Amino acid sequence: MPESKVTVKIPRPLYERIQHVIEDSGFSSPTDFIVFVLRDLVGDHALEKADPANGARSAQTNEDIADIRRKLHNLGYL
Amino acid sequence: MIPAHGGRLINRLATGAERDALLARAKAAPRLKLNARETSDFEMIAVGAMSPLEGFMGSEDWKAVVAKHRLANGVLWAMPVTLGNKGLGALKLGQDVALEDESGRLLGLLELAERFTPDKAAEAQGCLGTTDKAHPGVQYLDSVGTEYLGGPIWALDLPKYDFANEFRLTPRETRVLFKAKGWSTVVAFQTRNPIHRAHEYLTKVALEQVDGLMIHPLVGETKSDDVPARVRMDCYRVLLERYYPKERVTLAVYPQAMRYAGPREALFHALCRKNYGCTHFIVGRDHAGVGSFYGSFDAQKFMKGLDPAELGIQPLMFENAFWDKRAGSMATTKTSAATSPEDMVMLSGTKVRDMLRAGQRPPAEFSRPEVADILIAAMAEKVKAPA
Repeated sequence: MPESKVTVKIPRPLYERIQHVIEDSGFSSPTDFIVFVLRDLVGDHALEKADPANGARSAQTNEDIADIRRKLHNLGYL
Repeated sequence: MIPAHGGRLINRLATGAERDALLARAKAAPRLKLNARETSDFEMIAVGAMSPLEGFMGSEDWKAVVAKHRLANGVLWAMPVTLGNKGLGALKLGQDVALEDESGRLLGLLELAERFTPDKAAEAQGCLGTTDKAHPGVQYLDSVGTEYLGGPIWALDLPKYDFANEFRLTPRETRVLFKAKGWSTVVAFQTRNPIHRAHEYLTKVALEQVDGLMIHPLVGETKSDDVPARVRMDCYRVLLERYYPKERVTLAVYPQAMRYAGPREALFHALCRKNYGCTHFIVGRDHAGVGSFYGSFDAQKFMKGLDPAELGIQPLMFENAFWDKRAGSMATTKTSAATSPEDMVMLSGTKVRDMLRAGQRPPAEFSRPEVADILIAAMAEKVKAPA
């Protein structure tokens, strides 16, 4: 079973700058901040594809989307 | 499509073999009855409307939200989403608790991660801005016991309702809807009231700036003196049919229970609408306010103070709207030249209620006659059949 998290190296000055930025912001660590920013940047769809362990329940198959479209059509939305 | 808040649209609705296994666990677990607000929250967590929440909050998230409107991991969040223990004494961490609605129907499962005793006064002050017992949110906190249960949930079934079922769309469904309609920008309008001319105006001004408008009325628990959701639905339907462009506007319901938390709740409403796929959100005068607990523009000030990148959904702020007699059109205090009340058609809520109760339509500049007629009929019905 692979580890669910990996280490990514970033330049120390950037790390220190992030430490400064998150002071009193509510982020408990630079890691939390970086994960938040990357998720926001990359978006949920790409993350779902890349991380099946976390994303499988959230991902929508074409079949799911077809089912939803059918329901929306039956309800008069489409 | 706009990402869900926190990066991933949560789905805690179990299906197939997974549901069968969870159902067996639920049958063997002690049962806890959810109140109306908890039932709404359960549904919203399950379908991803409260993403990134995957369950009822533990103490670290609760503390962080109360103190600084963030989850413990730093993600912006607005309000505690909690589950009150109601007499289950011998609970061990890690065990399952079956969750049922007020009628005793099994809804799902809580994987109990934490039991904690909240400081209710801190929660009230931090989130509602008051500990005054006259505030309905404070009354709610007093009603839910002294212990909260936290942990992830699984939904086996969603709550059932006896109205507006054809308007109950999940965030996954609204996202598919917006995509199918080709709307890349969508503004959500939250309301717990009938839509009169002032709100019709705000929604149309907002729609001028985006591809689509979702009228998204809150239909969870509200105060007993608010207009019932089923009556409001009739009002929205007639308005949409006669006064809004069909291809640009949609109506779906929002299952949350009102907190009446003013600024904090404006943020709550906005973040949840982001999860539904909306890119813009209308924040009007006294958003989610009650009585005189908040200033008319406290919610807007609070929203303006947030980092737009963290918020991720664009709030659209509006001042008080009214019919401007001099201009012969709707306007707001920002756009009208009218300076005296005589130049404006504005009625207090009390005055409107009195007129409706007497069977009188408010002026057409205040309320569409079709809406007034529905409200007059509902008032008459209420008089005939007192609670």
